[in-house]
Amino acid sequence: MSTLLEVSGVSVTFDGFRAINNLSFRIGPAEMRAIIGPNGAGKTTFMDIITGKTKPDTGRVLWGDKGISLLKMNEAQIAREGIGRKFQKPTVFEDQTVRENLMLALKNERGPFPVLVWRASRRDHDKVGALAEEIGLQDALARKAGELSHGQKQWLEIGMLLAQEPRLLLVDEPAAGMTPAEREHTTELLVNAATTRAVVVVEHDMEFIRRLNCRVTVLHEGAVLAEGSLDHVTANQEVIDVYLGR
Amino acid sequence: MTSRSFFLRNPSVLVFLAVLALFTLGVTVFSEAYGSGELSTSFVKTLGKTLCLALVAVAMDLVWGYTGILSLGHFAFFGLGGYMIGMWLMYERTRTIVVTSMADAPIPPTEQEIVDAIGTQIFGVVGSSEFPAVWAFADSLVLQLVLVVAVPGLLALVFGWLAFRSRVTGVYLSILTQAMTLALSLYLFQNDSGLRGNNGLSGLQNLPGLGDVPQSVVSVCLFWASALALALGYVLAAWIVSGKFGSVLRGIRDNEARVRFLGYSVEGYKLAIFTVTAMIAGIAGALYYPQAGIVNPAEIAPIASIYLAVWVAIGGRGRLYGAAIGAVFVSLVSTWFTGGQAPDIDLGFYTLSWVDWWTILLGLSFVGVTLFAPKGIGGLVDLITDRRAPQRHGAPLGPDVGSLREQEADE
Repeated sequence: MSTLLEVSGVSVTFDGFRAINNLSFRIGPAEMRAIIGPNGAGKTTFMDIITGKTKPDTGRVLWGDKGISLLKMNEAQIAREGIGRKFQKPTVFEDQTVRENLMLALKNERGPFPVLVWRASRRDHDKVGALAEEIGLQDALARKAGELSHGQKQWLEIGMLLAQEPRLLLVDEPAAGMTPAEREHTTELLVNAATTRAVVVVEHDMEFIRRLNCRVTVLHEGAVLAEGSLDHVTANQEVIDVYLGR
Repeated sequence: MTSRSFFLRNPSVLVFLAVLALFTLGVTVFSEAYGSGELSTSFVKTLGKTLCLALVAVAMDLVWGYTGILSLGHFAFFGLGGYMIGMWLMYERTRTIVVTSMADAPIPPTEQEIVDAIGTQIFGVVGSSEFPAVWAFADSLVLQLVLVVAVPGLLALVFGWLAFRSRVTGVYLSILTQAMTLALSLYLFQNDSGLRGNNGLSGLQNLPGLGDVPQSVVSVCLFWASALALALGYVLAAWIVSGKFGSVLRGIRDNEARVRFLGYSVEGYKLAIFTVTAMIAGIAGALYYPQAGIVNPAEIAPIASIYLAVWVAIGGRGRLYGAAIGAVFVSLVSTWFTGGQAPDIDLGFYTLSWVDWWTILLGLSFVGVTLFAPKGIGGLVDLITDRRAPQRHGAPLGPDVGSLREQEADE
C-alpha cells in the first residue's frame, strides 16, 4: 500500500509535559481513519504537528510520493500542499456570505497579487454551486455565514475543506452538537470524501465512528495504543482500561 | 470584469464620488478665486487639508477596519510624504530667491555658489550650511514625487516585514507602531537629522514658479488636487476590498489562523496592505503640507496617529465612507472648537473654555461611540437603508437591476 502521510518517532514536550511521545502513524491516499482517545491523549497536538502549528522536538513527518518533510514548512505552505483542517468549533467567516466563504476556500492561486486581480469565472461559480448542493446550502449562498445554524456552519466548513481539494482532510469532532439527522448527512459527506482522498477524523462518539466503518487508531498519553477495526480495538483490554472503561 | 460592473456592484462608491464632486463644485463656486468669495482662502485651505485627512483615514480603514491591524503609526507615513514634497518646495523656492538676489552681483554666480547660498539659507537656522545626503534629489520634482511614495512604502515594508514575520499582533503591534512613529519624530527633532530639526520645513505654501499667482488661486488648485487624490484613493481602496482580496483581508481580521489553514500567507497580505496604505498616506501628506505651509516633527508625534484611529472609529470602521466621514466631521468640528469660534459656557463658578475642553469632549465621544455605537456615524446609513429594506435574503431591494442588494447595503 502506498503512503500519503508518514509520521514517525515524533515527540513534543510542553513545559515538561510530554504531549506526544514517540508517535508513529501512516495513512494511504484514499483511506478513512478515525482517531479516538481520552482527553489529553494528544489528538489535537497530533493535528497541530501535521498542519505546522506546532513543531515537534524529534521525529519526521513525510508527505506524498516524494516523501518531502512538512517540518520546514509553515501552515499556509502545508495547506497549499494539500492538507485541509477542520477545527472542533466551527470556524467560518461569519461576516461573509456562504458564497464568499466557499470562493475563499476554492483551490486557486493564493498569492496576494493573483488574488487582487482574480474574478470568479463561470467554472468557479459552477464549482461553488455544486459544493453548496453537496453540503445542503444551495439556498443559503447569499446569506451571511453568521446567520447559519450550528450544523450548517459545520457543513460549510466541511464544504470549504472540500473546495480546497486537499489530498488529506483532518477533521476534529465533526459531529459535535449535531442532531441525529445532521450526523447522518455529515457521515455521508465524509465517507464520500474518503473515496478520493485520505480523511482523518477525531471523534468521541463511538456510534458515529461505527457508521464511518473504518480503521481506528487509539491514542493514549501521546502514543498509539492500538490500531485496527473498531471491534478489534474495543475488544483490547488496554483500550478498555484507559478509555472505554471510564 | 469591467469597471462598469464594479460601480454597479458598489453603488456606495458612486454616491461618494457624487457627493465629493458636488462639494468640490460648491467650494469652487464660493471661493475667492473663482466664485463669489464667501469662503476665505484660509478656509478653502482648511477644507483641502480635510480632504487629505479623509484620504489617510480611508487608508487607515483598510488597515484597521478591514484587516484588523490597529496601526497607530500611519501618521508617520503621512508626515514623511509631507517632508519629501517639502524638500523640493523649499529648495526650489529658496533657489528662486537666491538667484534673484545674486543677479545684481558684478560677477555672475557659479552653479556651486548658488547651491551653497541655498544651503546657507535653508540650514542657517540649525547652524549649518552643508546639504545633508538626504537632500541629494531635492532639486528634482520628479524624483521627490517618487520619494513621496517610495520612502513611506519602504519604511512600511521593512517595519511590517519585521513585525508580521514575528507574528506580532493585537495591542503589541499597536505599541510597536507607536514606538516607530515616536522614534521617527524624535529623530527628526534633532538638528543633525538633516531636515532642520524642530523648525521643520516651512514656506511650503509658496509653490515655486507660481510666484505671481495669488494664494486664493493656489488654494483652490490644491483643493482640487486633494479632491482628485481622495476620489482616486477611494476608488482604489474600494476596488481592493471588493474582490477576493478584500475577502481575505476580512478573513484575517476575523480569524487569522483559519486563513492560514486555507493556504493564504497571512503575513504576505498584511505586509501588502500595510505598505500600500503607507504609500496612500504619503500621497495624502504630500498634498496636505503645501496647504498647511509647514511640516515639522510634531506632526509625526504619536498622538497624531491616535487621532487618526479616533476619526475612523467615530466615522465607522469597516466601511470606507465611514472613515472619510469621520475624518471630515471630527477634524472640522475640532477646527471649530479649537479655533475659538465655539462660545464658551459660563457655569457661574467656572467658565468652560472649549479650546481646553475640546479634547475631553472628543475623548468622551470616542468612548461613547466604542461602547454604544460601534458602527459609528456610518451606521446611520444602515438606519436609513434598513427602514426601506426589510430582510430579503439577498434579493434586489428595488425593481431595477442596479438596485442595492442586501449584502451591499450591509457593507
